[in-house]
Amino acid sequence: MADVAVTTHDAADHGAAAHPATSTGLSNNKLAMWLFLGSECLLFGGLISTYMLYRGRHTGAAGPDQYWDIPFTSASSFVLLMSSLTMVLAVSAIQRGDHPRLRLWLIVTAVLGSVFISGQVYEFQVFVKEGMGFTTNAASSAFFGLTGFHGVHVTLGIVMLLSTVVLSALGRLPRARAEAVEIVGLYWHFVDVVWVLIFTIVYLIP
Amino acid sequence: MSDATATVEAEAHDEHESHDGLYIKIALILGVLTAMEVAWPYIVEAIWDDTAFWLMSPLIILMVIKFILIAAFFMHLKFDSVILTQVFYSGLIVAVAVYIAALVTFDTFRGW
Repeated sequence: MADVAVTTHDAADHGAAAHPATSTGLSNNKLAMWLFLGSECLLFGGLISTYMLYRGRHTGAAGPDQYWDIPFTSASSFVLLMSSLTMVLAVSAIQRGDHPRLRLWLIVTAVLGSVFISGQVYEFQVFVKEGMGFTTNAASSAFFGLTGFHGVHVTLGIVMLLSTVVLSALGRLPRARAEAVEIVGLYWHFVDVVWVLIFTIVYLIP
Repeated sequence: MSDATATVEAEAHDEHESHDGLYIKIALILGVLTAMEVAWPYIVEAIWDDTAFWLMSPLIILMVIKFILIAAFFMHLKFDSVILTQVFYSGLIVAVAVYIAALVTFDTFRGW
């Protein structure tokens, strides 16, 4: 009993695997997040498929591809890509027990995510002003549906990042709960990896 | 705490420290790959008349490399249990199958 207590205490202090024993040997929370991400693949797969099927359906009006500003979107893609680096550095920081760096990297990640979202909102505004609204044609509906859904995911990710910063500042995120930050990180990286697909398939391939 | 536990934790600590450098290298590679992706359509347009093949194939390859790098290193699939890789890629494979099924269906029933 005393040994168990010592082991649990050590785990809490040093960030060792602190989840209860499971039949898979994996943390249930982490496995659940991966299952959720697997199902998210289907959601985005459906949205990307819809865009691919409808991208040419804009008879009588310009298609979405005639409105792209590739250098602008490339810059915002790069910003989102770099936010994955800062996120993984945040996970690394909590695994080392470095809480000030954890908060710093989480805030930088949230700021980079906000820059990406601001860029997307600006881009949408330009498209609408130039005559491509959500209901203009099937292609524009599919485009706004796909990129808008992704934007909502990024926004939710920013909320999760800021909540994690608050929990850490309140001292409710000890090193033993590093997995919580890792799970938030998995969601964030997923949002990034989906944008890698969207950027190439929607913006770069004509 | 036993010596064995202390050793394992010290190794884990070192491992996390060494991974930071790896993460930065991966981010740099991703940045370079993105720059190549953006530049490629302009290069293709300047060199080839029939651009479709030369444009799409490298872009898709670069996209897949970027996807795998992020999933393997940033999402830790390379260092984690293989079960997680299977769970994630199962979803992805089903998503691709859904796209192919939708594409074939639309193509089959075109003009009906």
